[in-house]
Amino acid sequence: MPDLLAPLDTLYLVTLAGMTNWSVGFVTTIAIFGIVVLAMNVQWGYTGILNFGVVAFFMVGAYTSALLTLPPATGFSDYILGLELPILVGWAGGAVAGGVLALLVGLPTLRLRLDFLAIATIGVAAILRTVASSADNLVNRGRGMNGLPRLFNDLVDGSDYKWVLMGTTLITLALVYLLVRAVTASPWGRVLRAIRDNEATAQAAGKPTVRYRMQAFVLGGAIMGLAGAVYAHRVGSISPEAFSDLFGTFLPWTMLIVGGAGNNRGAVLGALVVGFFWFGTPLIQEDLPGSLGNQVFVWRQFAIGLLVVVFILWLPKGLLAEEPRVSRFLPRTVAGPPLLQRLRDRFRGRPAEDRSGT
Amino acid sequence: MAEPILVVDRLEKRFGGNRAVDGATFSVARGSITGLIGPNGAGKTTCFNCIAGALRPDGGRVTFEGQDITGLPPHRVFERGVVRTFQIPQELGGMTVLENVMLVARDHPGEHFLEVCLRPWRARAREEAVRVQALEILRQVALDHLALQPARNLSGGQRKLLELARALMGEPKLLLLDEPSAGVNPTLAQRLVDDIRAIQRERDVTILVIGHDMDVVARLCDTLVVMTSGRVLVEGPPDEVLNNTEVQEAYLGSQYR
Ligand SMILES: Nc1ncnc2c1ncn2[C@@H]1O[C@H](COP(=O)(O)OP(=O)(O)OP(=O)(O)O)[C@@H](O)[C@H]1O
Ligand SMILES: [Mg+2]
Repeated sequence: MPDLLAPLDTLYLVTLAGMTNWSVGFVTTIAIFGIVVLAMNVQWGYTGILNFGVVAFFMVGAYTSALLTLPPATGFSDYILGLELPILVGWAGGAVAGGVLALLVGLPTLRLRLDFLAIATIGVAAILRTVASSADNLVNRGRGMNGLPRLFNDLVDGSDYKWVLMGTTLITLALVYLLVRAVTASPWGRVLRAIRDNEATAQAAGKPTVRYRMQAFVLGGAIMGLAGAVYAHRVGSISPEAFSDLFGTFLPWTMLIVGGAGNNRGAVLGALVVGFFWFGTPLIQEDLPGSLGNQVFVWRQFAIGLLVVVFILWLPKGLLAEEPRVSRFLPRTVAGPPLLQRLRDRFRGRPAEDRSGT
Repeated sequence: MAEPILVVDRLEKRFGGNRAVDGATFSVARGSITGLIGPNGAGKTTCFNCIAGALRPDGGRVTFEGQDITGLPPHRVFERGVVRTFQIPQELGGMTVLENVMLVARDHPGEHFLEVCLRPWRARAREEAVRVQALEILRQVALDHLALQPARNLSGGQRKLLELARALMGEPKLLLLDEPSAGVNPTLAQRLVDDIRAIQRERDVTILVIGHDMDVVARLCDTLVVMTSGRVLVEGPPDEVLNNTEVQEAYLGSQYR
């Protein structure tokens, strides 16, 4: 099973160059995950929208950018478009595609109960994978889309390109972070949080809650689409089976839960912490005694499942809890206690926050 | 008498076989404080929910300022100037008391996604005005010292006050208060009555208030509407209504149920 975002080769690790390679690749991967988790934070962390098909939006963004930037299909491949547009146009296209998908999924489901959307998104992810791998003349079926152009490819030599890749991805993450923070730490975000915590209150306060949920869902979907596009041009070739629920949905969810839903810094921190655990485990594979070493990939899945359970039960707010203050236009008068104090509080087992809003 | 601000005409709401509101008809005079009273389960809160759009009535008509608002969604009813509170306070526990109130502000450009992205300075300017206004309202209900606390730290009585403050932030023409003094200690309840009077006078709002405590309601209201089993029993000035034998029976009946 290919790791969706981890083209990391453990063989090189003995050397310094190998370590550098790994680290640069790791940071790039985490930056992409960070973008996805920020998008999930808009949907779930702020608005309480349960999206269990994150990978669908990611995948649509990746394929859209591929179709926009690749040359037209030749005799050996069958896909539509192939417009050879600049990569940044492909990225924008990926974001638009993610947003449009969110609109289509959201229109029939967002006025219903929370769980309808959750189920619908699971289905959409499965359907899109099937369509991508079996539809004729669409996206080259199971062979996938190959030879995607890379951003600023002719800027530097081959072996130094990883730095460019890391830099551009980090800049993208930073811009997404600033955007998400600007719009969520605002009166707009305050309405989202009200809808999440108590929809009746938000309605009684005069807010058209369905419209707000749609805005948050579409914004999140667009950012996931952008992340997919960034990913596609990073790895250079994409195929349907790479977009598994485990890597495209479950892992980002773990990151958000660990980092702290409702806190944008927490989202990025969660990506880093969980990502380090997930992509770091193979590094110690050889140091583990025989059979354990072989089973490390099984055990890390088990461990990460356990991590989710531990956080949901005992640290429901994640590593960085959300602030009582929402709008950044207000003075930060109620500073939260320092991180360590907060962690200690959390471990003393404060009751879980009621998010049901009923 | 001038045209009433609110007319509820043969309103019906069923929950399964339970006719919670069963043809209730009454009106609220502009500028009045009207009390809606009746035993537990009479359908008072359900009436509020139907007026405010939280529930869609099964029959009948709600007219506000001469316009049919039956079945409009809650935000549309709010837009027209009808603002309600909840019997069980519905504050946002994780948010500060201040932002709980600020949330209810009308026409805030900062609540529009594109405005926040493209013209954040407009959002910021309005946010400052809203903050000042919210603090003023909090001062009025004596919660200003708790403005920066998360709302979950408030006591039960303070929650009731916050509920009132949030409704005031909505700049209502018609204020629907659902048992504002229930579960509040007598001293605070007395203050609430005074507050509500002051609000009505200062802000020129019409108030429809659900009450349990007869003393409070009788002192506060110009008109009383008595409901039992989803219907309006009588409607009139407090002294008249409270001396009505049917009303006394309805209340005694409920007391010994
Ligand atoms: N959401 C609901 N679903 C089902 N039944 C309901 C619902 N809301 C109210 N009821 C029922 O409708 C009837 C009227 O309830 P309502 O809350 O309107 O009474 P009330 O006059 O406000 O009583 P109280 O003085 O106890 O607040 C009751 O029998 C109640 O059980
Ligand atoms: Mg009631």
